[in-house]
Amino acid sequence: MRYYSPRLALAVIFLFPLIWSGWASVQGPEGFTLTHYRSIIGFGEGLATYVGNSLALSGLTVVGTLVVATLGGYAFARFQFPGKNLLFLTALAILMVPYATILIPLYVLLDYVGLQNSLLGLSLVFVMFQLPFALYMMRNSFEAIPREIEESALVDGAGSLKVLLTVLLPAVRPGLVTVGLFAFLASWNDFFAPLILLSDGASFPLPVAVVSMTQRTFGAIDYGVLQAGVMVMAVPCLVLFLVLQRHYVRGFMSGALRG
Amino acid sequence: MNDVLTRPTRFRRSRALAGWAYAAPTAIIVAVLFIAPLVLVVVMSLHKWPLLGPARPNAPANYTKIPDDPLFLDSVLFTLKYTVIITILLSAVALGLALLVQDRRPGVGFFRTAFFLPGAVGFAAAALLFYGLLNNDFGPFGFLGVNWIGSPNMALTSTILLVLWRFAGFNMLILLTGLQAIPIEVYEAARADGANRWQIFTRITLPLLRPTLALMLILSITGSLLAFDQFFIFTNGGPDNSTVSMVMVVYRNAFFRFDLGGAAALSVVLLVVLVALNAVQMRILRGATTK
Repeated sequence: MRYYSPRLALAVIFLFPLIWSGWASVQGPEGFTLTHYRSIIGFGEGLATYVGNSLALSGLTVVGTLVVATLGGYAFARFQFPGKNLLFLTALAILMVPYATILIPLYVLLDYVGLQNSLLGLSLVFVMFQLPFALYMMRNSFEAIPREIEESALVDGAGSLKVLLTVLLPAVRPGLVTVGLFAFLASWNDFFAPLILLSDGASFPLPVAVVSMTQRTFGAIDYGVLQAGVMVMAVPCLVLFLVLQRHYVRGFMSGALRG
Repeated sequence: MNDVLTRPTRFRRSRALAGWAYAAPTAIIVAVLFIAPLVLVVVMSLHKWPLLGPARPNAPANYTKIPDDPLFLDSVLFTLKYTVIITILLSAVALGLALLVQDRRPGVGFFRTAFFLPGAVGFAAAALLFYGLLNNDFGPFGFLGVNWIGSPNMALTSTILLVLWRFAGFNMLILLTGLQAIPIEVYEAARADGANRWQIFTRITLPLLRPTLALMLILSITGSLLAFDQFFIFTNGGPDNSTVSMVMVVYRNAFFRFDLGGAAALSVVLLVVLVALNAVQMRILRGATTK
């Protein structure tokens, strides 16, 4: 008991806000109700639009990060080419530069290339932010594979791309899950980058859309609807985290956070 | 053994070419979305750069006017104050949690998950959650009669509660990786020598945890100096601009005053300070690792 009671009390404190939010989102004046969820479906451009934007944004970010980091990780782990170390260190330096400070020029830059107010442009920015962690993880994943495995395939005349796709990719799958999970959580939840880089309400992802509910000047804020919005944003992350917890923790153990 | 990597030059050259091809997407992303904005932010800071319309050089006006912006100067002091308070509290709470769940026991996985779970929720969602939780008409704490965001001090206190709730588990996880890297034999040897729990903590755990603690401090300090979401969403800078962080001023200059040049100059200042700070902390961290 002396071991469990203080820990249990703390667990209750940490879980309470989440449980309260879930409860408040289905609580009306006369008890249980789904009206908050019904109102949020019709909010602004419609909940479906915002969920669709968030899914598109996260999907593009996850796929983009996986493709770039897999190819890059393979290159850094298995090939010798001029400029290799410089490129790797520059990519890691992204960690050193606080991202809030380069969003103003990115806003101008995306405008130049016609990607202003675009989920594709925003997802490319997220891929860049994910790159230090993702490259580091994938390079280490490839380096952990014994070279003999691919050498026999290379000797048999297989090209390096075929070796990557058929021999190496299955072996680095755990790394891919970790990188994909981090990319999803970051892009699904980020608030500041879409706030700056998107201007049209119809292209907002969930966090910016739901926050805009609190900042309208007219009408009272409906707190029940707000908590329904919190649940819509939080539940996918909570489920994903609980299912893939091991992969998440591996991201911490890898030392990739050290840069 | 047939080492393909030491075969003739032609093969090596084609391997180098293939390596470049695989690294090309990384190179493009780094060049276009990282190096180019870094150059552009400096260029912008040397221009009068309105949100719409042409830019023209005005160096160094964007920098020399920084001391004339009282909101920014206040935000520097406020952000520093916030950073000191949150870093101390976050380290203490995270270390406490990590020590509580470091031993393998039945049920310890549940406690670790419970402490971390707020960290899986997005920060914006967490801020909105607290926006309702600490609203006295709607939330469960109305009976306490505390005005959570009514005064500058309470607004800061409430924000700190939000940040502790959201990030304590995250930092706990970082510390846990450090704690678990300490070999059990070290503890056993200390116990065999008759060390008590406090001596073990101060003479063994803390020194061996130093690199991990340093890493946690770097992440916490950098994150806090760049604080935006919590103050934008939860307190909206209020009351009376008492919780306006530095990044919020950058945002206001760019999108409310339409002064991208001024915002870029502030960004450059922040960038230089934070990169320097990171470099110093990295050096300390590396020093701690090699010891």
